Amino acid sequence: MVPVSQETGQGASSIHEVLERVCRVMHIAEGFLPPAHAIAWGVASAPFVVHGVRSLTREVREHPESTLLLGAAGAFTFVLSALKLPSVTGSCSHPTGTGLGAVLFRPPVMAVLGTITLLFQALLLAHGGLTTLGANVFSMAIAGPWAGYGVYRLLRRLDVPLMVTVFCGAFVADLATYCVTSVQLALAFPDPGSGFWGALGKFGSIFAVTQVPLAVSEGLLTVLVMRLLVRSSEGELTRLGVLVARTGERAAVAR
Amino acid sequence: MKRNTRINVLLLLAVAVLAVAPLVFGLGDHKEEPFAGADAEAETAITEIDPDYEPWFSPLYEPPSGEIESALFAVQAALGAGVLAYYFGLRRGRRQGLERAGAARTAGEGD
Repeated sequence: MVPVSQETGQGASSIHEVLERVCRVMHIAEGFLPPAHAIAWGVASAPFVVHGVRSLTREVREHPESTLLLGAAGAFTFVLSALKLPSVTGSCSHPTGTGLGAVLFRPPVMAVLGTITLLFQALLLAHGGLTTLGANVFSMAIAGPWAGYGVYRLLRRLDVPLMVTVFCGAFVADLATYCVTSVQLALAFPDPGSGFWGALGKFGSIFAVTQVPLAVSEGLLTVLVMRLLVRSSEGELTRLGVLVARTGERAAVAR
Repeated sequence: MKRNTRINVLLLLAVAVLAVAPLVFGLGDHKEEPFAGADAEAETAITEIDPDYEPWFSPLYEPPSGEIESALFAVQAALGAGVLAYYFGLRRGRRQGLERAGAARTAGEGD
């Protein structure tokens, strides 16, 4: 719980409540972004998803054997984004599960898998929404995977052990999703007193506290699945460049 | 227990502890409705920050009750878990089949 100081007064408390009620389950609810924002985020997301569909079909055409692993990566997102977990702030939120797919198949593919998950939730669960799909896709299926993948690649280059890089990648992907969501909300609902930056600071600080334990959980679960994959699908992980070939070829990583 | 299995179990335990700790330590006690995931209150919340704002679109389909909503969330998790289990089961089966075939071949050569 973030204490509301007397000086900030009404603005802070209502922002806090917006956060807790609209966004405690991560996605921005249906109809809760003004039309201009909804359209803008849709336009921003569309090229990423189109590009993602292209690289997904290319991947499946060139390596039909990877379809199964693609399914598994999508399934991981499905499971994790259905898990609403309690957090230290006394409200519930859920992880995203996008880090694994981003590490395995690169972020463009994850844009598609994340969009499918978000569509499922918007259509069947009234969770998130069609009008806010663009914004939610941008945070969960684009920004999260890219941020996580970036951290993963950076740490790989620094020769950090694989499972540590996977943990950090998943952790950052999860947290970045929330950061982008708070930017989106701050843009749509700036604080009456302190404007965009004030709203962003408040949204962001509360998000961080709620989401950090969940991001840790997500990191641990992603490491668990990656450990199982290393044991069961060594060949495929080597082809995807996650595992270095036994002969010590560094080229596979630098792909 | 093998070292590998032990690490996996520890990972799961850590996640469970992270999920249960907030409940055990009563971190939601200060709230009227602790650990809720209420989208239903969303409308009042936005009108507090922006009294003129009205949601301009409503979901095409809304689960009629909280029970049905959680059922659908369970379906989502079950679908995902099912596909994951299928993947790992298939992999394991294939590997065992290959090992058995390999063992049979070396046994055949030994004759």
